[in-house]
Amino acid sequence: MDEPQVRSGWPLYEVFLRGKRGLNHVHVGSLHAADPQMALHHARDLYTRRNEGVSIWVVAAADITASSPDEKDPFFAPAGDKVYRHPTFYDIPDDVPHI
Amino acid sequence: MVAMAAVTEPGVTETAVSAPAELQAHFDRTLERGRRIEPRDWVPDKYRATMIRQIAQHAHSEIIGMQPEGNWITRAPSLRRKAILIAKVQDEAGHGMYLYSAAETLGADRADLTARLISGRQKYSSIFNYPTLSYADVGVIGWLVDGAAICNQVPLCRSSYGPYARAMVRICKEESFHQRQGYELLLTMMGGTAAQRAMVQDAANRFWWPSLMMFGPPDDQSPNTAQSMAWGIKRHTNDELRQRFVDMTVPQADKLGVTLPDPELRWNDERGHYDFGPVDWDEFMAVVKGSGPCNAERIARRKAADDDGAWVRAAAAAHAAKHKAAGHAEGAA
Repeated sequence: MDEPQVRSGWPLYEVFLRGKRGLNHVHVGSLHAADPQMALHHARDLYTRRNEGVSIWVVAAADITASSPDEKDPFFAPAGDKVYRHPTFYDIPDDVPHI
Repeated sequence: MVAMAAVTEPGVTETAVSAPAELQAHFDRTLERGRRIEPRDWVPDKYRATMIRQIAQHAHSEIIGMQPEGNWITRAPSLRRKAILIAKVQDEAGHGMYLYSAAETLGADRADLTARLISGRQKYSSIFNYPTLSYADVGVIGWLVDGAAICNQVPLCRSSYGPYARAMVRICKEESFHQRQGYELLLTMMGGTAAQRAMVQDAANRFWWPSLMMFGPPDDQSPNTAQSMAWGIKRHTNDELRQRFVDMTVPQADKLGVTLPDPELRWNDERGHYDFGPVDWDEFMAVVKGSGPCNAERIARRKAADDDGAWVRAAAAAHAAKHKAAGHAEGAA
């Protein structure tokens, strides 16, 4: 009934917006488009109808390499036992100013 | 970390090697702590299926919801009203896109969801199967239908499924414009001629009961509610939300000077809520099952749009493929 091969020929793009100057681009969602230029135009129409952004990135979802989202993933274990990386690890007498 | 949307193989993650009991325990713990489920997390098959069905039905409702009001774009009474209505209908399209995007993070395929809508295998909100007979309907839809939608949707901003919750935050912000433009339109008409006031009253008469039906069947006939609440994909029961909507709306009707078509509607001091008469659930079931005034028309229109757009999709894909090939050839030279 449809032409799934044609439609799946439009790849998925992930959309990132910079809300205003001084902020990072943030992931806001995804969309389908035939090519990156079309993805950019669709992203403007879909995600910035109320001035939500001053800059847009679109990235083909297939080009993203991601870690596993599972928080018990051992991937993040190296940071788990290094409390000395945080300032609160160090005891400083109360009467030392500005530290 | 990127919340990647492109993973289409349910359950296939690095953790798939863990024992099912351990995965289930981790899922349960995430929910108990009130944390969000994110794409590629292991989830029970039933959670995935329920979530896809809920998001798809919501997305379809937004897309079909463009039609009743879209009918009035060419006949809006002023340029101002026309611009507002176009913006509103465009928002509905946007809401549908946010939601299809969220459904895809669970492994659903967008073209497949559209095919399921057109073939009737997936539903949309029954409210959009009622016709829009006068311009006052545009105002009443904004006031009552979008008002009911807001009641339903605000709690969904805390849905346990992250991408859905985030889409709902965005949608709720925009729905507020929808409701206010509708109410303002009605206020303007109520300040007009007797004929205009009668149009508003007639529209409210037609849309009041279908709006109450938007919250779904009564709690004792809603078998999936308990599981959905345990999973954090539903936060209040149908009857709770319906009562909240009635309590919110009655004072708005009074202010407007519209009489809601329910002789049993009155304030109950003991309960601290408005009492209201019985909803005609036979009508609701008939409309859900396809016998509403506009079911066939809505689907036919959606199918025509899909069919008429096929050559555009094909042409754009061919254009992109050609330029990609040309780019490669240049790169190779």
